[in-house]
Amino acid sequence: MLRIENIVKQYADHRALDNVSLEVERGCIFGLLGPNGAGKTSLIRIINQITAPDEGSVYINNERLNPSHITKIGYLPEERGLYKKMEIGEQMIYLAQLKGLSKKSALEQCNYWFEKMEMQSWWKKKVEDLSKGMQQKVQFVATVIHQPELIILDEPFSGFDPINAEVIKNEILELNKKGATIIFSTHRMESVEQLCDSIALINKSKKILDGRLKDIRNSYRSNTFAIEYCGGRFDVAENTHFDVISTRKLDEAEEITIKLKENVKVNDALQYLIPLVQINQLTEVVPTINDIFIEQVKGINHA
Amino acid sequence: MRKTLLIIKREYFSRVRKKSFLIMTFLVPLLFMGMTALVAYLTHTGGDAVTVVNVIDESGELLPQLKNSKGLIFLPTSENLGQAKVTARKKESFVLYIPDSITATQKVQLVSEKKAPMYVLTDIENQLNNVVRFKLLKEAGIDINTLESIKPNIKIEYKELTDEGEKNTNTTAAYAISFSAAILIYLCLFIYGSQVMRGIIEEKTSRIVEVVISSVKPFQLMLGKILGIGLVGLTQFLLWIILSSLATKITSNNLLPYNVLGALQTIPLGFILTTFLIYFLGGYLLYSALFAAVGSAVDNETETQQFMFPITLPLLFTYIMAFSFIVNNPNSTLSFWLSMIPFTSPIAMMVRIPFGVPDWQLYLSVSLLIAGFIFTTWVAARIYRVGILMYGKKTSYRELVKWFMYKE
Repeated sequence: MLRIENIVKQYADHRALDNVSLEVERGCIFGLLGPNGAGKTSLIRIINQITAPDEGSVYINNERLNPSHITKIGYLPEERGLYKKMEIGEQMIYLAQLKGLSKKSALEQCNYWFEKMEMQSWWKKKVEDLSKGMQQKVQFVATVIHQPELIILDEPFSGFDPINAEVIKNEILELNKKGATIIFSTHRMESVEQLCDSIALINKSKKILDGRLKDIRNSYRSNTFAIEYCGGRFDVAENTHFDVISTRKLDEAEEITIKLKENVKVNDALQYLIPLVQINQLTEVVPTINDIFIEQVKGINHA
Repeated sequence: MRKTLLIIKREYFSRVRKKSFLIMTFLVPLLFMGMTALVAYLTHTGGDAVTVVNVIDESGELLPQLKNSKGLIFLPTSENLGQAKVTARKKESFVLYIPDSITATQKVQLVSEKKAPMYVLTDIENQLNNVVRFKLLKEAGIDINTLESIKPNIKIEYKELTDEGEKNTNTTAAYAISFSAAILIYLCLFIYGSQVMRGIIEEKTSRIVEVVISSVKPFQLMLGKILGIGLVGLTQFLLWIILSSLATKITSNNLLPYNVLGALQTIPLGFILTTFLIYFLGGYLLYSALFAAVGSAVDNETETQQFMFPITLPLLFTYIMAFSFIVNNPNSTLSFWLSMIPFTSPIAMMVRIPFGVPDWQLYLSVSLLIAGFIFTTWVAARIYRVGILMYGKKTSYRELVKWFMYKE
């Protein structure tokens, strides 16, 4: 769907993007992750043809990026904004027309979305008369009203209350199911971790990691488990199955985090433990994207 | 193109449908006419205040000849000067003392507690001058009736030599219209230029701009805004012209002392109107592009000051020059250059036009103006495309140059 090759974007005294390449498959949910100022917004602006890269190229459906692609992309900028004094219905139709819809289909789409989001009564209202959460809803509709194939959402959940965030999240998933490709860009990595199929990590204008989320996670698995149990302490020193990384006292139980030794299965460890204590639960400790990111950044800094 | 049209349409209708537009359109000419009428009325009557002048006329023959007007009443008094002064103080009235020796000394006294209004002084002076003059004429044996009956009233019948032969012209009316056109251009460049600027600042601060320019090119947005607001200006002018010509038709028949319509017919109204529209449009496009660049560079209106100064300076300079220098020296070298340089020509040329400007100068000036606004639009667009995406930074001139140099 989207292929980015060796993009370089240079502003006078600072390089916003340094040789960034990545690929987004059709129909997936893609997370563009990285701290503030990493270059995410610069990259998004290039995809949206707001600015042009100094080097490199962008392809959509294997075509080099050109103005005809504008209608295929829906963009929710990080800095939300609408005309404050313009009536919402009129404004939606205007924005849809700018995206290339005819007046008639703009009106149809507006009616569809206003009904779906339960905002029919806002048609004649002005943006300044709406609450912040309502404005966000309107803004979201403006992003998707022209049925884009590629939806780019910059910090999508910031500013939403939990209920509306859930509404929007479900809408996004529904659009994804209908075939739209979604790109989430955010510095709050935990907020989209469960949603993304693939991710790319960007730090200091360079891509430091990308791929399918599952693969990345698997490659970071370290045979580490957290076990919650009750039944008192036991001597952990004399076992051949695992090393203890940490122990922790919970309200009514204990928790121990272990790392299995080479060629030891988790069942072996359990068999060793079962006679000693009452086991409540066992979870594999998989690093979060955040952990992976921090590890990566550290690794780069050390190298 | 379709998208630029959409933007023009939005900019145009969102403004024309506003109440303030209607109010401006109908109220401004009414206010203007009302003001003129009021000024005329007030200067004529001196307002609603009536000034009472108690007259001590020693000769007794001058007072009956003084005529009362709406704002000025002459009353005889039997008091002597000293007493009258006391009463004047109490009643806040005026005392006019006409001594017997007036014909010799040519002096009278007016005393009051308050300062006398200008019209009271001139009115009394004029009346006394007339009265005394008639008295002296009579004493010299001249027949007043003969004198009165001889009243030549010479008018200049001014003909201009043109290609089509001699033409009647009413220069006063031509001046008046051209000068008001120059003033109107000056005002409107500011009014509509700053509307462009404010519109852009609004889009920038409300952050809608990023949504819009993900659909259209920044240049399209800027151009759409400039053209849309320009059309609003033209609509307003059109309505003003229609309204004021209607109003002149009505008022000139009833109120105005001389034949305005007749005067209007003698001047090349169509020509002045056309040049006005051309220079307004050219000047507007030139300056509004600069205003647009300023709007894109700042985050709010208070920051515009440092950039506004160099924009307003040439306008202000020409405006002052127009009515102090160009009017008196319409064909001097300086006037010529001021009417050629695109930054000053919209005002300077309008002032020169009633004095007659050679065709080649007009063509050259208009061509330069067109080249000028293409140039400023190009410069402004390069600053604008970067500026609208820059938030929260105080911009300097160096920054603007840097933006201008950025590649696409």
